[in-house]
Amino acid sequence: MSAASLASNRYVPPALGLGSFVVVIALVELLIRVGLINRFIVPLPSEIVAAFPRVIVEEDVLQRFLLTAGEAFSASILVTVFGVAGGVLLYRYHLLRLATETWVAAVAAAPLVLMYPLYLVIFGRSALTIVMMGFSAGLAPIILKTLEGLMGTRRVLINVGRSFNLTSSQQFWKILFPAALPTIFVGLRLGLIFSLINIVGVEFLINFGGLGQLINELAERYDLPGTYAAICFVILVSVCVFIIMERLEQWLRPAN
Amino acid sequence: MAAVTTPSERVDPIAKGAPADAIMVVDEIVKRFESPDGVLTAVDHVSLTVAPGEFLGVIGPSGCGKSTLFNIMGGLLDGYEGTVKVAGDVVRGPHPAIGMIFQEESTFPWRNVLDNVAFPLEIEGVPKGQRYERARHFVRLVGLDGFERRYPAELSGGMRQRVSMARTLAAEPKILLMDEPFAALDEQTRLLLGDKVLQIQQELKQTTLLITHNITEAVQLSDRIVVMTYRPGKVKRIVDINLPRPRTSEIVSSEAFGRYVAQIWNDLREEASRGLQEQESQRLREGESR
Repeated sequence: MSAASLASNRYVPPALGLGSFVVVIALVELLIRVGLINRFIVPLPSEIVAAFPRVIVEEDVLQRFLLTAGEAFSASILVTVFGVAGGVLLYRYHLLRLATETWVAAVAAAPLVLMYPLYLVIFGRSALTIVMMGFSAGLAPIILKTLEGLMGTRRVLINVGRSFNLTSSQQFWKILFPAALPTIFVGLRLGLIFSLINIVGVEFLINFGGLGQLINELAERYDLPGTYAAICFVILVSVCVFIIMERLEQWLRPAN
Repeated sequence: MAAVTTPSERVDPIAKGAPADAIMVVDEIVKRFESPDGVLTAVDHVSLTVAPGEFLGVIGPSGCGKSTLFNIMGGLLDGYEGTVKVAGDVVRGPHPAIGMIFQEESTFPWRNVLDNVAFPLEIEGVPKGQRYERARHFVRLVGLDGFERRYPAELSGGMRQRVSMARTLAAEPKILLMDEPFAALDEQTRLLLGDKVLQIQQELKQTTLLITHNITEAVQLSDRIVVMTYRPGKVKRIVDINLPRPRTSEIVSSEAFGRYVAQIWNDLREEASRGLQEQESQRLREGESR
C-alpha cells in the first residue's frame, strides 16, 4: 500500500501519530532507565502515569482544571472580540494603522507577563487579573493577523463585490471577512497560545489557584511525577481550546 | 473574402451620433494616470457603441489600456474624461445592467459552486429555495451540473472560470463584460470554453463585450472587433466579422477565419512590436537607474 493511499485513510494518520507518541515515550523511559537521562530532572513516564490518580484525588485537579479552563475560555472570548475588532479598525482607518501598527507589533513581541504586579494593583489578586493578563498577551497577534488577512484579500474578489453593487457592510461580511478568515484563525491560534502561557504563568506567579498554582506547589515539594502530570492537564486545556477553535473554523469556512 | 471595414469608415461612430438602438455607448473616453515618468495616457479618446445582442471584441497588445477601458465601462474606475452610457443611463459606478467576468480567478473559495452562483441572488434578497433553483439553471447552462457541492479548490481552472461566468449570468445583466476570461487557460480549454460562451450567448441573446489579446479567440466569438493601438490606447480599426452563426470552434479551421486572423494580426503587429520595444527600453532604463 502506497504512502498516499495510507494518508487518505481516515484512521491511519491519527493511529500513526499516537503510535509515534507511544514510541517516543517508551524511548524516554528506556533512556532514563539506562541512565542516559537524569531521573532527578525528568521522571519516568511510567511514574507520571502512576501519579495521575494521586493528582486527581489528592490535589483537587478537576476544580483547578475548570478554573484554568474558565480563565482561558474568558480570555479567548475577549481576545477574539477585541482582537478582530481592533484589526478591522486598523484596516478601515488608514491613519490609525499608520499611527499604531508598529506599536501593536512591538507589544506582540514584549514579555507582558512582567507587568503582572501592575495588573495585581489594578484588578487585585483575583481571576480577573489572570484573565486580563491572558487577554493582554493574546491581543496584539490577533489584531496583526486580522489586519494582514483583510489587507491580503485579493483585489479581484473586492472588484467582484463592487461589480454586484454590494454595500460596504455586505462587502465586509460577504467578501472581506470570509476571505480573511484563514489568516484570522492563524492569529487566533497564536493569540490563544500566548494567552494560555500567560494565564498558567500568572497562576504560578501569584499563587492564586488553577493548574499553574498546582504546578508551583508540586514543584516546590519536588514531586516531579506529579508536576509533569499537572502539566499534562495544562496541555488538556490547550487541546480543548484548539478543538473548539477548529470546530469554529470548520463551521465558518467549511471549504477548509 | 470577408468584408473588412476601413478605419475611416468605422472608427468614429459617436461623432456621427450613436445608433438609436445602441445598448452601450462609450464616448470619447480619456484616462490618464500619474506615473514616475510623468502623466501616462492609458486610453485616448476611445469611442464605441454596442448593439443589443451583439458580441463585440476589443483586442490590442499588452499595455494598450484594454483593462483600463474594461474597468471604466464596468464602473470600477473613475477620474476619466468622456462618458459611458448603458441604455441611456450615464455609468457613474457599478451598474446593475452590467455583469463583469474578470481575468483573474475570482470564485469565492469559501463557497461551493451552487453558493458561488447564487451569490448575486442572495445579495438581491431572493428567498433561499428560489435562488438555488435559479442558480442550478445557470450551473447547468455552463455545463457544471453534478458539481454543485464542490468547492473551487476541487475544480480545474476552466471549471472555476465557468463558475464565475454562471455567477455573473445569474444576476441577469443586460451586458456582459469579459476581461480576458480565458487568459490563464491552455489553448484547447480556451477553444472549448469559447464554444460554451457562443452557446450561452446564442441561448440568452446576451450582449457581450470581450476584452482580449488573443486574435483567435476574438475572431471565434465576435461580431465586430475593435483593434486598439499600443499606448496611448486608441481605436485603430473596427473589423466586422462576417462569419456564419451559430458558430463552434470548428470554424477556426475555415479559410475565412484564417483571413480575419491575418488581417487583424497585420493591424496588431506594428502595435505589438512598438509595445515590446517600449517595454524593453523601459526595462533597460530601470536597470540603468538601479
